[in-house]
Amino acid sequence: MDTSKIWDVVVVGGGPAGMTAAIYTQRSLLETLIVEQLMPGGNVAITNKVENYPGFNEISGGELSKRMEDQVKNLGVEFLSGQVESISQDEDLKYVTLSDGSYLQTKSIILSTGAGWRNLGVPGERKFTGRGVSYCGTCDGPFFKDKVIAVVGGGDTALDESLYLERFASKIFLIHRRDAFRGAKIFQDRVLKNPKIEVVWNSVVTEIQGDQIVNNLRLKNTKTGEEKDLPVEGVFIFIGQEPNTKFLKTFCDLDKYGYIITDQEMHTRVDGIFAAGDVRKKNLYQIATAVGDGAIAGYMIIKYLEELKCKEEEKNECNADQNS
Amino acid sequence: MSAMQIKTADFESEVLKSEIPVIIDFWAEWCMPCKMIAPILDELSKEFEGKIKVGKLNVDQERELAIKYNIVSIPTILFFKSGEIVDTLIGAVPKSNIKSKIEDLL
Ligand SMILES: Cc1cc2nc3c(=O)[nH]c(=O)nc-3n(C[C@H](O)[C@H](O)[C@H](O)COP(=O)(O)OP(=O)(O)OC[C@H]3O[C@@H](n4cnc5c(N)ncnc54)[C@H](O)[C@@H]3O)c2cc1C
Repeated sequence: MDTSKIWDVVVVGGGPAGMTAAIYTQRSLLETLIVEQLMPGGNVAITNKVENYPGFNEISGGELSKRMEDQVKNLGVEFLSGQVESISQDEDLKYVTLSDGSYLQTKSIILSTGAGWRNLGVPGERKFTGRGVSYCGTCDGPFFKDKVIAVVGGGDTALDESLYLERFASKIFLIHRRDAFRGAKIFQDRVLKNPKIEVVWNSVVTEIQGDQIVNNLRLKNTKTGEEKDLPVEGVFIFIGQEPNTKFLKTFCDLDKYGYIITDQEMHTRVDGIFAAGDVRKKNLYQIATAVGDGAIAGYMIIKYLEELKCKEEEKNECNADQNS
Repeated sequence: MSAMQIKTADFESEVLKSEIPVIIDFWAEWCMPCKMIAPILDELSKEFEGKIKVGKLNVDQERELAIKYNIVSIPTILFFKSGEIVDTLIGAVPKSNIKSKIEDLL
């Protein structure tokens, strides 16, 4: 990658938010680069099936993200495979530094790094990650064929993943700390009707135990304080997400969970830096809202760069006036 | 050279008895994050040609080996040196993470 090139827009993170923003900026003939550390598609790429994105009754996450990627590439947006480690700026430009030490120069930045899973933070979780502790049903489900497993959580993702894992496991204990689910009613009904899924209400996992791989969970009842063992061979954890914003340090305003604070037009505190998608503090974290954010961010960048150009032209005229 | 597919039959000669360190990526067709790291492994195979071997092991086809190594999450990358596992990486991770672990092996 030519590091002396000055990009109009560098998009950090190639999930649905970043790709949508790039569609808008590239169509306005702004030179746009997406930096992605893994593969375009973000969390959509690992989603089993999407049923709430308009235009598709049902589509696999892999297929949906591939379509987005093809569309973006057809428009001529460039992709760079790399992990962004920090961003910075001076009066003239903004700089995006990658983990291999190289950096990119750009007039504007869109932050669309999304979010990763949140850990339970209990003893045994880290030790048994990949040894029975999992955060991805579509990756690891088939290893638990005819096995008894647990799912932890009560939101959309936990319910949806339970319904997916049900085809492999012989039995699923769905462990939820409250006495009612947060997830969509349609998922709740399917979960409660499913004979293989048994809900363990008002309970939290306090420890994950095992030998080579997981064989037991220690549970605690949040109402009575009573503790008990639940023998399982695997545990899937879906208790919400954590934004990928560590690399920003103090560059933008973050809320107490690390989400980037923006206004409704996706501006961060820093001029010329916008945020879109799951990385942003908002009320609904979905593909539809990620692409909505991306469209707005793309549009606002187009406006921002037009204004910047005007200002520069004014300044040049002004300099010319002074020189005459 | 791209990462090579390793079969159970050649596991011993290609991995356990290899003169140089070997990294093995356990993967499957249905695993999206495995697809994410596949091109990265091909790149690393070229970058470290002659210094390490990069192999891929399909868990559906080589089921016994996957069980033997307690693989219940993919992608899992095992780092072998003189036939011993010296490091493990689980899940799709950026290239720089894999690369720094390879450099530790050399
Ligand atoms: C299991 C699961 C099921 C889901 N099901 C649905 C569903 O059915 N319907 C729905 O609408 N939503 C669903 N969601 C939510 C949806 O996937 C997200 O809301 C959406 O993907 C957010 O898009 P995004 O672009 O903001 O972030 P992401 O999709 O998270 O993409 C962010 C990208 O940034 C990259 N990145 C992060 N940090 C860096 C860095 N430092 N340098 C370079 N690249 C970086 C990541 O690799 C990633 O590709 C689901 C989520 C999960 C986890």
